Amino acid sequence: MSAHVKATDFEITGFAGEPHDPPGFIRTYIFSTDHKMIAKQFLLMSLVFLLLGGTLALVIRWQLGFPGSPLPGGGVLPETMAPGGIILPEFYNSLVTMHGTFMIFFAIMPLLVGVFGNLLIPLQIGAPDMAFPKLNALSFWLAVPAGFIMLASFAVEGGAAGAGWTSYAPLSASGEYTGVYLGQQLWLVSLFILGFSSITGAVNYITTVITMRAPGMTWFRLPLTVWALFVTALLALLAMPILAGALILLLADQTIGTTFFLPATGGEPLLWQHLFWFFGHPEVYILILPSFGIVSEVLSNGARKPIFGYHAMVLAIIAIAFLGWIVWGHHMFMSGMNPMLGTTFMLTTVVIAVPSAIKVFNWLGTLWRANIHFHVPFLHSVAFVSLFIIGGLSGIFMASAPVDIQIHDTYFIVAHLHYVLFGGSLFGIFAGIIYWYPKMFGRMMNRTMGYIHFAGTFVFYNLAFFPMHNLGLQGMMRRLYDPNQYEYLAPLQGMNTFISYSVFALFAFQLLFAVNFLSSLRFGKKAEKNPWNANSLEWSVASPPPHGNFHGWPTVYRGPFEYSVPGRDQDFHPQWEPPDGEVAPRMAGSPAPEPTGFSTGAHEEEES
Amino acid sequence: MSHVASMAVEEPARDRGFEMYNAKLGMWVFLLSEVMFFTSLIGAYIILRFAHPDQFAGPGEVLNVPLTAMNTFLLICSSVTMVKAFAALQHDDQKGLKLWLLATIVMGASFVGVQVYEYIHLSHIGFVPNAEAYSAAGGAIYGSTFYLMTGFHGLHVTIGVLCLIWILWKANRGAFHSKRVAGVEAMGLYWHFVDLVWIVLFTIVYLI
Amino acid sequence: MSWFLPPGVSTYAADIDRLYYIILVITGVVFILTEALLIYFLIRYRKRDGGRAEYSHGNTKAEVIWTAIPFVIVVALGLMSKGLWDEVKDPAHLPTDGYEIAVSARQFEWEARYPGSDGTLGTDADFTTVNRIHVPVNRPVVIHLTAEDVIHSFSVYDFRVKQDAVPGMTIRFWFEVTEPGEYELGCAELCGFGHYSMGGTVIVLSEPEFQAWEAERIALHEGSTRQVAAAQPDEEDQ
Ligand code: HEA
Ligand code: HEA
Ligand code: CUA
Ligand SMILES: [Cu+2]
Repeated sequence: MSAHVKATDFEITGFAGEPHDPPGFIRTYIFSTDHKMIAKQFLLMSLVFLLLGGTLALVIRWQLGFPGSPLPGGGVLPETMAPGGIILPEFYNSLVTMHGTFMIFFAIMPLLVGVFGNLLIPLQIGAPDMAFPKLNALSFWLAVPAGFIMLASFAVEGGAAGAGWTSYAPLSASGEYTGVYLGQQLWLVSLFILGFSSITGAVNYITTVITMRAPGMTWFRLPLTVWALFVTALLALLAMPILAGALILLLADQTIGTTFFLPATGGEPLLWQHLFWFFGHPEVYILILPSFGIVSEVLSNGARKPIFGYHAMVLAIIAIAFLGWIVWGHHMFMSGMNPMLGTTFMLTTVVIAVPSAIKVFNWLGTLWRANIHFHVPFLHSVAFVSLFIIGGLSGIFMASAPVDIQIHDTYFIVAHLHYVLFGGSLFGIFAGIIYWYPKMFGRMMNRTMGYIHFAGTFVFYNLAFFPMHNLGLQGMMRRLYDPNQYEYLAPLQGMNTFISYSVFALFAFQLLFAVNFLSSLRFGKKAEKNPWNANSLEWSVASPPPHGNFHGWPTVYRGPFEYSVPGRDQDFHPQWEPPDGEVAPRMAGSPAPEPTGFSTGAHEEEES
Repeated sequence: MSHVASMAVEEPARDRGFEMYNAKLGMWVFLLSEVMFFTSLIGAYIILRFAHPDQFAGPGEVLNVPLTAMNTFLLICSSVTMVKAFAALQHDDQKGLKLWLLATIVMGASFVGVQVYEYIHLSHIGFVPNAEAYSAAGGAIYGSTFYLMTGFHGLHVTIGVLCLIWILWKANRGAFHSKRVAGVEAMGLYWHFVDLVWIVLFTIVYLI
Repeated sequence: MSWFLPPGVSTYAADIDRLYYIILVITGVVFILTEALLIYFLIRYRKRDGGRAEYSHGNTKAEVIWTAIPFVIVVALGLMSKGLWDEVKDPAHLPTDGYEIAVSARQFEWEARYPGSDGTLGTDADFTTVNRIHVPVNRPVVIHLTAEDVIHSFSVYDFRVKQDAVPGMTIRFWFEVTEPGEYELGCAELCGFGHYSMGGTVIVLSEPEFQAWEAERIALHEGSTRQVAAAQPDEEDQ
């Protein structure tokens, strides 16, 4: 849009007073308030942290594959971590803690919510930008320092936090047990800041989806990605403050001598676990729901077929999000929590299988009698479905409390969480990145490299993580620096070494993805408006879309999954295409409609 | 076609959720999150208190209830003046707006002042976050919970006062009128919320 | 790579294993069904030139069915699990005639306190051992579990036993071993840099052997002036 558009237009859109002629370098690349640029910033940040988390995982796997042998190049590490390259137990604990923390909070979460939330919500609902673009920029510029604070904790006296990503008290509540003082405190501060970032983001997404849908974009014409992101935002909005509260109490125990979690003076160690998991389980659904959305969209596009049971899919997302609040105790079956409570949590937990079942079977239904085009993002989505089934089913074992006695805190859990988080969330992310890459950067990612990366990742991922189920069943505990300390675990060393080799191969294929991602920025084939012949609004505008996205408000005529409509020569029917015979009212660059009055407020919002 | 006409055909199709402008809706959404934040603190307090009743002193034994009751009253009044300020704005009564905002600021600030005074007094008599002397069973969670809960509420009030000052400054520059109310209204929502939270905290920390 | 659990040697191990195998079968069937269907669809409905997908938005009947069936299955599973869970963990089900041992976990070892000559815990007749816990076979054992510093987790895989040890709490749980022998005791909850090495042994003795060992221990304890003497010879006792 150009300057001639009246401020009132912006008041609807909520970014009043922003000049829409191209802003300068700083405003474009650094402190941009354009949701597309912020999405790219989040993408860069979280991919770097994903790489970091992966690298930490490599070190973990080195220790587990070849216990006690010096890490190649590990000599550079200080004495306090790995004298002569030999990893110390306390450093191993920090590695595991930081791996989990970075992957969950700084890789997967920002990738799903930060990247796709920012990129897709305005584009798919037909809005020129977020409701509060400056708040949006703030949420990114809070996430970055949070990440660096977390990173810095490696360098401080006593090393990084080493109490697991769950930081159970009292281990985490006082340095006297671990020798980690400042590191644990930085962990707490960093997550607190990150939580604030997610909350500002959530406020923005929710408001935007509610108030800024284009004419004709009714709730049940929203793409499933937007539905998933909207519900995810609600979860983040309500879950992150719980974590914030818990972090504050733990930080107070660490610093000003309070005793919330220290039993010696009346504290309750289990209180931390209840607070953490009351946040934690909704959190894991924050980490999967957006992938549900992405996958639904890509599957339907690849299958050239409407998503099977749209309404059921929406309801399933809502049901999962709701049930997610009343199952947290399934992480605490062995914690000494009242066994009667355990029974309740067991029942609520298994019920979550039902909405998940709806999703899985509806995805299968979408492929039934389809006309499948096997493009790369589609393959990743299929992988997502097949692997989420495995991860979900392993969840059923643990949901049964008596069985959990055997597998709690073993590699069975590690297998479960990687099947849902890598096989699930991350495969969904791969699908999403490759699918919307042209919309973000105006170029396609390389197909050949794409196929190779997919094949390698799928194979070696399973070789790496599937055997972990069995390690768990044989009783190998998590967070175990050297299994060979136990006679009954020593025979498992062979399998651990095998897993490590698979992981190294897996990692190599991830580098291929990095290469593809970076080189395609420059050499990728130029992308037209709608490379995937898709239906949702983002494909109606140039790749990448101009600042302000649409010319005024696009008009929406139908749902987002109208593929293979009978009687049309095209096998897709875009949301923005007027019914045959009608002309689109305002796709021709005329300014947006008058605000409907109640939008005055947005103005100050933005002067703030 | 002119966009008035295009409006005519489109506006029915345009579903804007609850008829509310962004800043106001945004504030409501944000307050939901704040509710959960205080829920976690208050929830922790309730759990600890039920687990260790003997570690908490009775009402008035340590804390000065009358003083805080007075302070609570002050905060409630400040909510009233906030309402007045908004009402004035709706009638384009700029002078009233500024005066009532000022009144709100003064009362909010003095609430924080009294709380600071209370902290100083309590620390003089040795009631600090990790004080063990003040509960029958010699645990420190009484002090811990007291300072964390009142402290974080106090922080919210302080932030509120700062925002109010900024709003007043903008009002001075004539930023608001009966058609531009968002800043003041959203501010009001936040202020009433903080007030409400305090009434809950005062009840469970001081009175029960 | 095996899907079978190591043989269990406690009275309820068999029940836990049965439940595990039931779930293994159910999930196994679901797994094969869904993945097979997925692969079949991918092949059967791959792109045909001139081909077109069926224009369908779903089928309520089908959806109701595949919502109902899993619901029935999982609720049944939940109820099946409940009974066993209560038997194993519900304090109300604690054996009254069990041999009681107080186990205290600390970074990074296990200390067991046995009722001494007077047969009751918590008197100074109690004697202790470290990292080697002796229990009688075919007799319920009730553990009073606590921790001194951070959370640990008392786990013996051969018994299908796992229970966190929480400082400030004394958690009671029970097991009854059916096979004499030595079994490895592990710590399953991250508890610091020594977590990986916080192993111990549970020595399960036949009734007469156990009596003998207990008598010897009591004698030793009565005879010893220093408490620690109780723990000393224990290290090399076999
Ligand atoms: C994306 C994240 C994600 C997701 C989606 C899930 C999904 C589920 N999780 Fe998972 N979970 C984690 C992330 C996730 N989890 C993490 C990170 C941990 C470890 C935390 C830590 O570090 O300790 C964990 C731990 C964890 C535990 C604790 C284990 C322990 O510590 O002892 C439990 C216990 O009940 C559990 C259960 C479940 C269940 C029942 C589901 C269900 O939602 C799954 C539902 C899906 C299906 C069941 C498959 C599809 C359904 C069908 C094909 C229909 C037919 C099915 C049947 C008839 C059974 N999870
Ligand atoms: C989404 C989250 C996620 C992901 C992706 C991973 C990925 C991996 N994880 Fe991890 N893991 C966790 C979450 C995750 N993990 C959590 C929560 C825990 C529990 C922590 C705790 O116990 O406290 C855990 C614990 C854990 C353990 C258990 C440690 C222990 O208990 O002692 C192990 C051991 O093998 C492990 C291994 C791995 C490996 C080999 C990978 C590999 O898949 C890594 C492969 C490499 C990558 C995925 C990087 C790829 C990079 C790119 C694609 C970026 C491209 C870059 C540009 C374009 C610039 N993880
Ligand atoms: Cu003790 Cu782990
Ligand atoms: Cu969970």
